[in-house]
Amino acid sequence: MFTKILIANRGEIACRVIDTARRMGIATVAVYSDADACARHRNLADQAVHIGPAPAAESYLQDARIIEAALATGAQAIHPGYGFLSENPDFVQAVEAAGLVFIGPSVASIRAMGLKDAAKALMADAGVPVVPGYHGPRQEADFLAAEAAKIGYPVLIKARAGGGGKGMRLVEDPADFLAALEGAQREGRASFGDGAVLIEKYITTPRHIEVQVFGDRHGNVVHLYERDCSLQRRHQKVIEEAPAPDMPPAVRAAMTDAALKAARAVGYYNAGTIEFIADGSGPLRPDGFWFMEMNTRLQVEHPVTEAVTGLDLVEWQLRVAAGQALPLTQDQIALNGHAFEARIYAEDPAKGFLPAPGPLLHVAFAASARVDTGVRSGDQISPHYDPMIAKLTSHAATRDQALSQLHRALGQTHIAGTATNLRFLQALCIDADFAAGRMDTGLIARKQDTLTRSTPPDAAAILFAALTALNVDPAQPRLGFRLWGAARQTVELIHAGQTMTRGLELVPGLLTLTDGTSRAEFEAVARAGDRMQARHQGRNLNAQVVRVGDTISVLLDGRSDDFTLVDHLEIERAGAAAENRITAPMTGLVRAVAVQPGAKVGKGDLIVVLEAMKMEHSLRAAADGMIEAVHCAAGDNVSDGALLVEFTPDNADG
Amino acid sequence: MSRLTSGLAPQSPEFTANAQRMDGLIREFAELAEKTMQGGDEKSRARHVSRGKLLPRDRVAALLDPGSAFLELGLFAAHGVYDSDIPAAGVIGGIGRVSGRDCMILCNDATVKGGTYYPLTVKKHLRAQEIAEENRLPCIYLVDSGGANLPNQDEVFPDRDHFGRIFYNQARMSAKGITQIAVVMGSCTAGGAYVPAMSDQTIIVKEQGTIFLAGPPLVKAATGEVVDAETLGGGDTHTRLSGVADYLAENDAHALALARQIVANLGHAPAPAIPLRDAVPPRLDPAELPGIIPSDAKNPFDIREIIGRIVDGSDFEEFKERFGTTLVCGFAHIDGIPVGIIGNNGVLFSESSQKGAHFIELCCQRKTPLLFLQNITGFMVGSKYEAGGIARDGAKLVAAVSTAAVPKVTVIVGGSFGAGNYGMCGRAFGPRFLWMWPNARISVMGGEQAANVLATVRRSAIEGRGGTWDNAEEAAFKQPVLDQFEAQSHPLYSSARLWDDGIIDPRSTRDVVALSLRAALNAPIEDTRFGVFRM
Repeated sequence: MFTKILIANRGEIACRVIDTARRMGIATVAVYSDADACARHRNLADQAVHIGPAPAAESYLQDARIIEAALATGAQAIHPGYGFLSENPDFVQAVEAAGLVFIGPSVASIRAMGLKDAAKALMADAGVPVVPGYHGPRQEADFLAAEAAKIGYPVLIKARAGGGGKGMRLVEDPADFLAALEGAQREGRASFGDGAVLIEKYITTPRHIEVQVFGDRHGNVVHLYERDCSLQRRHQKVIEEAPAPDMPPAVRAAMTDAALKAARAVGYYNAGTIEFIADGSGPLRPDGFWFMEMNTRLQVEHPVTEAVTGLDLVEWQLRVAAGQALPLTQDQIALNGHAFEARIYAEDPAKGFLPAPGPLLHVAFAASARVDTGVRSGDQISPHYDPMIAKLTSHAATRDQALSQLHRALGQTHIAGTATNLRFLQALCIDADFAAGRMDTGLIARKQDTLTRSTPPDAAAILFAALTALNVDPAQPRLGFRLWGAARQTVELIHAGQTMTRGLELVPGLLTLTDGTSRAEFEAVARAGDRMQARHQGRNLNAQVVRVGDTISVLLDGRSDDFTLVDHLEIERAGAAAENRITAPMTGLVRAVAVQPGAKVGKGDLIVVLEAMKMEHSLRAAADGMIEAVHCAAGDNVSDGALLVEFTPDNADG
Repeated sequence: MSRLTSGLAPQSPEFTANAQRMDGLIREFAELAEKTMQGGDEKSRARHVSRGKLLPRDRVAALLDPGSAFLELGLFAAHGVYDSDIPAAGVIGGIGRVSGRDCMILCNDATVKGGTYYPLTVKKHLRAQEIAEENRLPCIYLVDSGGANLPNQDEVFPDRDHFGRIFYNQARMSAKGITQIAVVMGSCTAGGAYVPAMSDQTIIVKEQGTIFLAGPPLVKAATGEVVDAETLGGGDTHTRLSGVADYLAENDAHALALARQIVANLGHAPAPAIPLRDAVPPRLDPAELPGIIPSDAKNPFDIREIIGRIVDGSDFEEFKERFGTTLVCGFAHIDGIPVGIIGNNGVLFSESSQKGAHFIELCCQRKTPLLFLQNITGFMVGSKYEAGGIARDGAKLVAAVSTAAVPKVTVIVGGSFGAGNYGMCGRAFGPRFLWMWPNARISVMGGEQAANVLATVRRSAIEGRGGTWDNAEEAAFKQPVLDQFEAQSHPLYSSARLWDDGIIDPRSTRDVVALSLRAALNAPIEDTRFGVFRM
């Protein structure tokens, strides 16, 4: 076994690999970019090597630097994680050429599975069912259109070298074929440097079911059962589970058998996944699934397989890479219970799932689920990488139990500072079709509006945020004391970019939130550390309330909301920024005018240089805006208060 | 320390009747308070808000530390005094916490007659300044006023304690290091212009606040100059050109945030002059206070029942318990603040007066603040007592009360009649605060006694002339006197004229006294120098 390995990755997967290595007594070397100088994976490893600036192309994709780091630190092997260089055969070749071990499959396997059309042909030859389609070399548009017609619409156009949904187009109407083809080719060229495409029959109610396989260098290959990853949004997996719901034994036998055939066809060793598309229009059939592709690496969703098999897949990877035989034979691998994994992302479902990089002011997870994460409170979600925050994995005896456990764990996850998909994931957990196991890869798209519907925060959450923002201790003596009547005041909070104004009435023992039309009364409001509680309409409410800087984040009933208090002193700065005249602060000589009418200027840009009292004064724009008029020229003598330049700030109220 | 126990029977019909009567009074005052706190009528308020201005109470709320207490002064000032309704005399006054500091806040209510100063508005303003000066509280004036109420100018302008005294007080307080801050949120015309001008720091709201000695119409009449109000005395003019104001605010909320910032930068609040303890709630239930006062004012009650429900832990170290028993004296803490309590358990005799003077000497020696709980019909009368020198002993008590330099707080929980009012630190004896319960009565003597005195004089006159005066005639003669005394001794009559600082819910007594004492502890406690006691 190795004594030291290098992990050529970042984030949760790097941390996860380090955990297993540490358990096995193997020292670890992390690599990190400028953006990850304080990242969790870097701190967790025994050693860390800086490999470049933040952009992945200049750091985590720098194969030479990574190999150099391994050699310099005395690591014997490199674990690639997923993504980045994990399926790059050139990298594997270079690793091996440097005398190091690549913890993954052979160069040949990667190459064989890397090009999708070739892979499919190979699989078809090996007796693995493949989706009808054209995977040949001809790329003329007319020819491909004819092939599409032969296959039968709807069809899918895919970039040959693609992955992760890039360079993929669904065509339902033959009239749209050419435009879609161009799009797929363009994306293929842009993303992978290869514009070649393949065409496949599109399955209308597809389920994405994949089989985890494992091989060693002694010719053993086993499967670790299947995972159902049908909950996808734009081809990105959202929630995965193992095993697949309603999987008949005969179909499982057929599918795992096909997967093993596929792995053997390429002499596969280490961890791999065979992805199938299955017809989900009715019960699963032994003849109703087709090979899609093979992922020649550890998958993001491997924890669900670990949960139901009780195995550590990274440990197996390390053993296989070190030349050992697989620890178990097929009949020793049992399936136990049901597991789900949800991927928590810094993205805003209300804004079309736009990535939401930014500071994670506060991160706290439920103790009831497995958590794989590469971040801690105070870390940043960098715009340079995948904005994943964490993966939660639940495991229970039955699917229902595991799903409700996942739902609870998501509800106990408290992330402040950035938008997340937590509420969307929770909505998925309680979706009737998903709960019943009736899902296909189109479920999310069909129900997106319902799943991402935003509702205003609960009055109790607003109350807790208001009290925290205003530094009001609900137990303080003489809370809101008045000789007569209740203390009433207005609270203005910013929530999701909107200002919400509420009335707050404070009477010891009874706090009331009003919004002009309704009143919500709360009794027994109390705070203990980060926890706040209240009674509302006979119900006891318990919330987690954290304050980081100006942000107050409230986790209540499984939902977290961030608020900030409106600071009226900010208005002053906004008001100053709205100043649309630049005047001479004193009598002097205009040395230079840096702008012309119509010029766009940014806040702080130089407008005019004035010389007075032997000093040069730089007059700068107080806000972003446009120059309306210039009333002076270099060499002019101007008097105190003279109007020099007029400009219109952006977002001026008119 | 001795712990007070209660002789009350909260289940008894008597207690229930007492509590019901008091609850009725509390409800009446609570309703009147709600109405008063609305300020001007709906139309005026709507017009005020439509100009982008916050209502006066919202201004005060936005200025205060959220959740903190506001000890309002003179809420019922001017009630029923003038032909038209002038709620709270058109100005909100009180002590509140701003950026952690106790401050005196005065906020004109422009929805009430344009915020103009009636005689009682002036009196309330001056009373608030007096409290600020005695207790060294920074003053924040939220100005939105048309100045003196012209039809009442004779009672507003010329005398010593009239309008000019406001500015005199500002200058004197500033000289003593008591910060004066003005926030100009509306008009501030003529004499009123001196409020911001005399302040240490002044904020003005852009295109809303104006300060000028004469407004545009007067300027035009005087010099022919035509100028709009904003150019003449708006925020831009005063913060950029005249320097009358120091900070330009975008709106009310911004102005109040600036005021809070100014206070935050005043530095630490002074440490209390005397050591405080952790506060402990009373063991006896303050909610039972309304059941203590007998429905018939002639029935006595034990003042210790009140003391036990307002002091920390109901602990009370009684002084000279066996001597001069009609005056109860003792040491206790209220909200952690040491306090010497003097309460009435009957008329004042020579012994009780001597005991009171002795006790005040102790408190002054130790710098312990004094709390007077007034329920007093007066000093004992009759030849035996005159001969025994009751006036001499009474004078000792009055002299001690007058010269005691420790903070004094008075709460009138029952009657406040005659010289008893003096001996028990009535308004004339400068308590830092004076509060009244809703059942309280205040007059030179009881209405019945006054009617009887007048009737006796009348009867001797008639009978001296050989006439007769039957009972019905006597009753008819007495009735107007009884009516007059009943009306004029009512707490609302007193509060309307600012003879007190406010009428309070008896259940709030502990809080009100605590806040009064906390405010008082902003000022150092001077050494007391007593005068010549008539021995």
